[in-house]
Amino acid sequence: MASIYPKYQSDGSRLGGLMEWFDARFPLTSLWKAHLSEYYAPKNFNFWYFFGSIALVVLIIQVVSGIFLTMNYKPDGNLNAAGIPGAFAAVEYIMRDVWGGWFIRNMHSTGASAFFIVVYLHMFRGMLYGSYRKPRELIWIFGVLIFLCLMAEAFMGYLLPWGQMSYWGAQVILNLFSAIPVVGPDLSVFARGDFVVSDTTLNRFFAFHVIAVPLALIGLVVAHVLALHEVGSNNPDGVEIKKFKDEKGIPLDGVPFHPYYTIGHDLPAISIFMFFFFAVVFFWPEGGGYFLEANNFLPADPMKTPNHIAPVWYFTPFYSMLRAMVWNFFWIPAKLWGVIAMGGGVVILAFLPWLDRSPVKSIRYRGPIFKNLLTVFVIGFLILGYLGAQVPEYCFFDQAWLPGAVIAQIFTFYYFLFFLTMPYWSKIDKCKPVPERVTFK
Amino acid sequence: MSDQKMDSERRNLILATTAAGSVAVVAAAVPFVGSLAPSERAKAAGAPVEADIGNLKAGEKMVVKWRGKPVWILRRTKEMLASLETTKDSLADPDSKEPQQPEYARNTQRARPNPNPDTGKDGDDYLVVIGICTHLGCSPSDKSAEGNWHGGFLCPCHGSQFDLAGRVFKSQPAPTNLEVPPYKFLSPTRILIGDDSGAGTSSEA
Repeated sequence: MASIYPKYQSDGSRLGGLMEWFDARFPLTSLWKAHLSEYYAPKNFNFWYFFGSIALVVLIIQVVSGIFLTMNYKPDGNLNAAGIPGAFAAVEYIMRDVWGGWFIRNMHSTGASAFFIVVYLHMFRGMLYGSYRKPRELIWIFGVLIFLCLMAEAFMGYLLPWGQMSYWGAQVILNLFSAIPVVGPDLSVFARGDFVVSDTTLNRFFAFHVIAVPLALIGLVVAHVLALHEVGSNNPDGVEIKKFKDEKGIPLDGVPFHPYYTIGHDLPAISIFMFFFFAVVFFWPEGGGYFLEANNFLPADPMKTPNHIAPVWYFTPFYSMLRAMVWNFFWIPAKLWGVIAMGGGVVILAFLPWLDRSPVKSIRYRGPIFKNLLTVFVIGFLILGYLGAQVPEYCFFDQAWLPGAVIAQIFTFYYFLFFLTMPYWSKIDKCKPVPERVTFK
Repeated sequence: MSDQKMDSERRNLILATTAAGSVAVVAAAVPFVGSLAPSERAKAAGAPVEADIGNLKAGEKMVVKWRGKPVWILRRTKEMLASLETTKDSLADPDSKEPQQPEYARNTQRARPNPNPDTGKDGDDYLVVIGICTHLGCSPSDKSAEGNWHGGFLCPCHGSQFDLAGRVFKSQPAPTNLEVPPYKFLSPTRILIGDDSGAGTSSEA
């Protein structure tokens, strides 16, 4: 890669000489400049822009704690001499007998939930400020792929403790394949590697969870950042800072990412995040039964499904969509509709850059239609998330006229309607005039 | 890329190399993909299991493990059997048209005639089904009779309901009735699950 940045010139010192030697052989200075010290980001970032950096921090936490967990964990679905499955016993061993094991394990399990909190906020930021719009479509698509990888990673990781929720959660999700016509049932067996979720399934999930998916994830994160640095960051005003540059070609409204955003913006945010993160790790690792579910403290029993099984909170909105589909229509059975809704709910995000036809990017200048529909969208998504964690026959406030199942159907319908009708309403919305340059006090 | 026209011979060689390379990649993928399918050991693990039903009283259910799945053996009472007629109108597949059972269990009771240890006469009170919901594979729990509900099974995952013959009700996430495995009675108190050979009727559904 030919660089536009000059190579490092030694000032004659020992260290300078080493740097010059290195730079002649590796694009160290140019990488540093291109991605940090001379990457110009808009100066008007607000708190919504914390979450990308925080996501990277959580990724590092997950990789490091994960590596150390593998040193004591065994993906063994068979019963040991005490009649406990090996994998379940290994997690208990880490929690009780390994020095600091509880800390590393709680960090990893809390990290999973933290990852999704941060990523959901990061994605919502994109929706608020139109960060997916031209020319940032690819950044967004890489992001959706990262989200998919993250879901796969979390799902497979959840099987590893081999508790009741691990087992039956995997059973349900792997059976989703069986909804696919003709090849479905065979595909489901193929994915498990057995006729039921078994030791074989556990071992392959372990392989995917610790090697295959993380590799893909890290590759996608690199692509996400490279694509971002190619076109430059969006900002809360949704205007392009590259339009106005000084005589050196530096955007007038840009500041170098390092040190302004690294030290001045993200480091304080990361500190605050860490405060809350470790508060949970130390004092509230179960997260009220949402981060670590009660039933997962029982070893997997293939003979008995726990009375209330629900996925971990970050899957519940999409799980609600799966449950909402109970009708057979267009010759497609309800079961397949459920899978289509669940998968479609994620995949439709990738089309957002082309569904949105608004003349402006940022919510600051968008009209009332967008603001109202987005508000209902957020409320609906949260309600879907809440309902996904409840029993199927759940009613709000115990009122029979507020059946959870019907409300989930309404908001599932709304979720898709929001996206599918977006090309129409985003065009006719009454937008405000957009300033030429970013607003900054 | 240059503006020069490509030498057609080189072009053909590149195409041939690409084609050969693609074939090699596909061939190399075969053992990797194949290794994901159930192993020989997993395929062999489906041996029939025998269960002693001598102590099962009317209205009681026992669970045995067959091919890693729970198989329920429910000895139904007279009231339970009578409820199978009442539920008929609200079922998705009351006559068991879907091939979810061996031919001999394709009846209202979804059971093959069993020798009754008490009377010595044939009855159809034993229900033998795989206790795995046909929706997404959870194991339904028992739901005893209450009000209009005659008793049956409720899946904890997505709320599918089944009657006491494992038949699914209308408008439920589960598409079909619970599966009846092949089975036969070895004696009035012993049952073999996973094998029905030589027991009169074949398992061809």
